[in-house]
Amino acid sequence: MGAAEDRLRSLLIRAVAGDEQSYHQFLTALSAHLRGYFRKRLVQLPGEIEDLVQESLLAVHNQRHTYDAQRPLTSWVHAIAKYKLIDLLRRRSHRESQSVSLDDANDFLSYPDTDAADARRDLLKLLDQLPERQRLPIVHTKLDGLSVADAAKLTGMSESAVKVGVHRGLKALAAIVRGDA
Amino acid sequence: MSTGDLVTLLATGAGAATTDATSRRFAIAMTCGTVVAMLLMIFLLGVRPDLREAIFLPKFWIKVAFVGCVAAATLLLSIRLSLPGFPLGRAPVGLAIPVFAIWAVAATALFNGDPAQRAQMFFGDTWVVCPFLIAMLSVPIFAGVIWAMRGLAPTRLRLAGGIAGLLAGATGALIYCLHCPEMEAPFVGFWYLLGMLIPAGIGALSGRRLLRW
Repeated sequence: MGAAEDRLRSLLIRAVAGDEQSYHQFLTALSAHLRGYFRKRLVQLPGEIEDLVQESLLAVHNQRHTYDAQRPLTSWVHAIAKYKLIDLLRRRSHRESQSVSLDDANDFLSYPDTDAADARRDLLKLLDQLPERQRLPIVHTKLDGLSVADAAKLTGMSESAVKVGVHRGLKALAAIVRGDA
Repeated sequence: MSTGDLVTLLATGAGAATTDATSRRFAIAMTCGTVVAMLLMIFLLGVRPDLREAIFLPKFWIKVAFVGCVAAATLLLSIRLSLPGFPLGRAPVGLAIPVFAIWAVAATALFNGDPAQRAQMFFGDTWVVCPFLIAMLSVPIFAGVIWAMRGLAPTRLRLAGGIAGLLAGATGALIYCLHCPEMEAPFVGFWYLLGMLIPAGIGALSGRRLLRW
């Protein structure tokens, strides 16, 4: 656990400071850990694993300002993964939730799994449900890779409106995914 | 969208993240909530007319210290409960200490007091309204704390909602101290605590709905 913890932690600290390459590496490594964690616990629901990995990644991204760099990364990520797992089980039935073991953070980084199945839910399609002032900033800055300034020019929005649109759009996407919107 | 594509989407243009969101949100919530509750107290209830004399009495400060310590402990707990995986540490002990302390003071006062005065020490003149007025003053603070938590990431929603309610109740009670004429520890240790527990109960019952993310 120690080496993975140190590596992920330093990647996230650099990512939060604005290093996008580190952030990409962090999220890629984290997906494998999330997948391994969920695969061990969702033996009865294998079809849910990849969707839950994606939902958790979105949650980690939207809530990344809650990571305290003084604290171990593992306990932070594990708490988020466990929260999302319990939330999924609550959305389904209580019967299933009793057959799942929820253990402590210690083995969170022990079973990385890079064998991604297809997600059943397509986030790209869900993106279409967002209002234009959120959808366009996400499409331009995050899918097409434009700078905030170029996206602002293209849409006629101000730069701060583009940034707010991305931020709120990803939160709205997370709300659609968990069935709140 | 594959998970790899999602990772690319999230990382592209992500920029730097704010690192002071927790303290900033709680500072805004507590400031706004307290100001509104203070205005409610001033215009609906009124400041006690003898406040100038009351502030020289130890009993007044025992009451303020009890409520203030509960507010401080629940503020710390609220912050910790808003961060995933953050240990609560000794904060729960910090919450228990003022409660047991006021009960000890209350028990001593009842034991040493004139038996004929005991009912008066416990019920005072305002026990019927006290818990409800504290709960009323807690409303704007509760709204603020829930707003602060919704921008963070509590993972134990029922507990976080309950502690948010207790923080709102304790802060509301602190403001209520400026109005309330009661000074006896047996009164404070029961009716004040009951007033704080009303928003705490509401918070615990509604936490899952209000705080889900």
